[in-house]
Amino acid sequence: MQQNIHGIPLDWFIILSTTLFCIGVMGVLFRRNAIIIFMSIELMLNATNLLLVAFSAYHGDAAGQVFVFFTMAVAAAEIAVGLAILVVMYRNTKSVDIDVLNRLKG
Amino acid sequence: MKDIIQQTAGLIPLFPLIGFVIIALLNKRLSKGLTGLIACGALLASFVVALIIFFNLPADGSATEVHIADWITAGTFKASFNFLIDPLSSIFLLIITGVGFLIHVYSVGYMHDDENQNIFFAYLNLFIFFMLMLVMGSSYLLMFVGWEGVGLCSYLLIGFWFKNKSYNDAAKKAFIMNRIGDLGFLIGMLLIFKTFGSTDYKTVFSHANGFFSGDAVITTITLLLFVGAMGKSAQIPLYTWLPDAMAGPTPVSALIHAATMVTAGIYMVARSGVLYALAPTSMFVVGLTGAITLVFAATIALTQNDIKKVLAYSTVSQLGYMFLALGVGAFSSSVFHVMTHAFFKALLFLGAGSVIHGLGGEQDIRKMGGLKSKMPITWITFLIGTLAIAGIPPFSGFFSKDDILAHAYASNKLFWFLGLVGAMMTAFYMFRLYFLVFMGSFRGGDKVHAHESPKIMTVPLMVLAVLSAIGGFVGIPTFLGGSNRIDEFLEPVFSASPIKMFSAETGSSSVSEISLMIVAVIAAVLFISWAYMKYSKNKEVPVPESQKLPAVQNLLYHKYYVDEIYSAVITKPLDRISGFLESIVESRFIDSIVNKTGTFVNWAGGLLRQLQTGNVDFYIFVMVVGVVLMIFFKMM
Repeated sequence: MQQNIHGIPLDWFIILSTTLFCIGVMGVLFRRNAIIIFMSIELMLNATNLLLVAFSAYHGDAAGQVFVFFTMAVAAAEIAVGLAILVVMYRNTKSVDIDVLNRLKG
Repeated sequence: MKDIIQQTAGLIPLFPLIGFVIIALLNKRLSKGLTGLIACGALLASFVVALIIFFNLPADGSATEVHIADWITAGTFKASFNFLIDPLSSIFLLIITGVGFLIHVYSVGYMHDDENQNIFFAYLNLFIFFMLMLVMGSSYLLMFVGWEGVGLCSYLLIGFWFKNKSYNDAAKKAFIMNRIGDLGFLIGMLLIFKTFGSTDYKTVFSHANGFFSGDAVITTITLLLFVGAMGKSAQIPLYTWLPDAMAGPTPVSALIHAATMVTAGIYMVARSGVLYALAPTSMFVVGLTGAITLVFAATIALTQNDIKKVLAYSTVSQLGYMFLALGVGAFSSSVFHVMTHAFFKALLFLGAGSVIHGLGGEQDIRKMGGLKSKMPITWITFLIGTLAIAGIPPFSGFFSKDDILAHAYASNKLFWFLGLVGAMMTAFYMFRLYFLVFMGSFRGGDKVHAHESPKIMTVPLMVLAVLSAIGGFVGIPTFLGGSNRIDEFLEPVFSASPIKMFSAETGSSSVSEISLMIVAVIAAVLFISWAYMKYSKNKEVPVPESQKLPAVQNLLYHKYYVDEIYSAVITKPLDRISGFLESIVESRFIDSIVNKTGTFVNWAGGLLRQLQTGNVDFYIFVMVVGVVLMIFFKMM
């Protein structure tokens, strides 16, 4: 089976996107700043997008790329909502530190 | 003939129902006069229709079934809303609507000053509706509807003056006692359905012919039905509610607890004559219960001092006569007595009501006396009623009671003897009541000014007095030159039940019947003169409450302590068991299971809420760990 896409081995794509995804997870877990967390989430999304595109090219099937378009459109909407929440959060607490938001405590 | 019945029968119960709906919905918006007019008008209309039906009955006495609507259809089970019109039900229709109408008219006067007069008439009309359903229904199921309905109305009307707690207790007592009987009726009805596959009289009775006499199933059914009759018709051991039911307004006592509802049990047994004919044991039980009840209640009536209580025990006793007649197979005599009893007992109750009304609510006969001159119409009508119930010829009670005694003599000498003893006591206690109330001088003090009741109350009294006087002429026995028309009239209904043998026997020996009659009349007259000597000539008055009575009188005055015995044997142990269940089982076991469940959930929740730190970091961390674990286990 062919392991290369334009001369780049498939494994490299997988390793790259896994690394990006893990960086995103770590960012979400260990940062306090809501904006950084937001960016980390975007990083995770794009890591998966990259993987989808890679496999799409690998299999010669356009479906994966169409899927990525959808993901990007949804992510754009999500950013709009997420940033709006951040603005409201800042107005109320004068901070974007998510530890301030512990009112859900049971 | 049958066409007219088909077209009009449905109207009879419709009028009181409409009356009830109008009065109950508009209630206070109607003026009192208009309410009375609607209620009485509804009854009058029903009575007219009942008369039309009576005169258009087929000459051969066959039954007409009137289909009103399909009621329940479920799988193979089918119950129609049908009315059955035959001589038996048409007599009851006339009694209910006729006597009911008179009592309604009387109530307009009696309840005139009551603030809830409108709702009173609504209840009365509803009662009449259910009573008509009871006697017109063509199946046990429909009879049961009426049966429960009249029980409800009885409860509502006994407790009509609901602000008095003891009246409420009396209402509850009546309802609960009736429930015990109703349970018997219900089980009996279910057994009928299981045995015959239907509760329609027609189906049941035609199938019953396939059973042998003394069949265990039929005996069980009839005994269970009789338990229902005991409750509704106040027989031993379920009679104690009826004297207490006198708490209701007097017209209610007259209508429900003397003339109509309490005779429902007799109607039911008479209607089921075919079944009873197949169960000699049940017949004997019915007769024996009636005989014992009639003597038992009569002895209590001898010593009571409340005018309505005397009449109440007298009603229990007279109902005993009717069951005695049923027990010896003299169904038509029993129905005859139902009719005459409805006349004279309604008259006596309404007369008593008139006395109570005239004395401003006084019911104690020790504080009455000498009312003869002050209330002449009440006096004369009450005297007629008293003569009728005491069995003095030619008043109505004489013929019906004598008919019963003759049949009892032919079938069982013991029953006859008990009936005769009861008749003597009846004569005594009724004339004791009469002399104490109307003769002698007034003992109620100077403050009370007795006065005659208004016309609207005395006219029904006069009509009922006429009926009590001449009502017996429909049943003059053949040996006295009469034709016993009522017996002939009811013949087709009961001819299916093969126990007409007794009347055939007695018919042949008119000599012994005449001698029986003479014995009964002489006995009654003797006891009347004793009552005259004691209460009129020697002016004896029952002693006041505080004074001690001789042992036997004391026992009778306290009604054999039956209420106390029931309370000690049934109510108290039940109370104690429920007390035990409440304090031990309920609070220690059931409550603690429920409470412990709650405590456990609280505790577990307390543990779990530790996870909800409110820290978003932590949530995300747990989520990631979870995802990693899921992937890890998936790969394993």
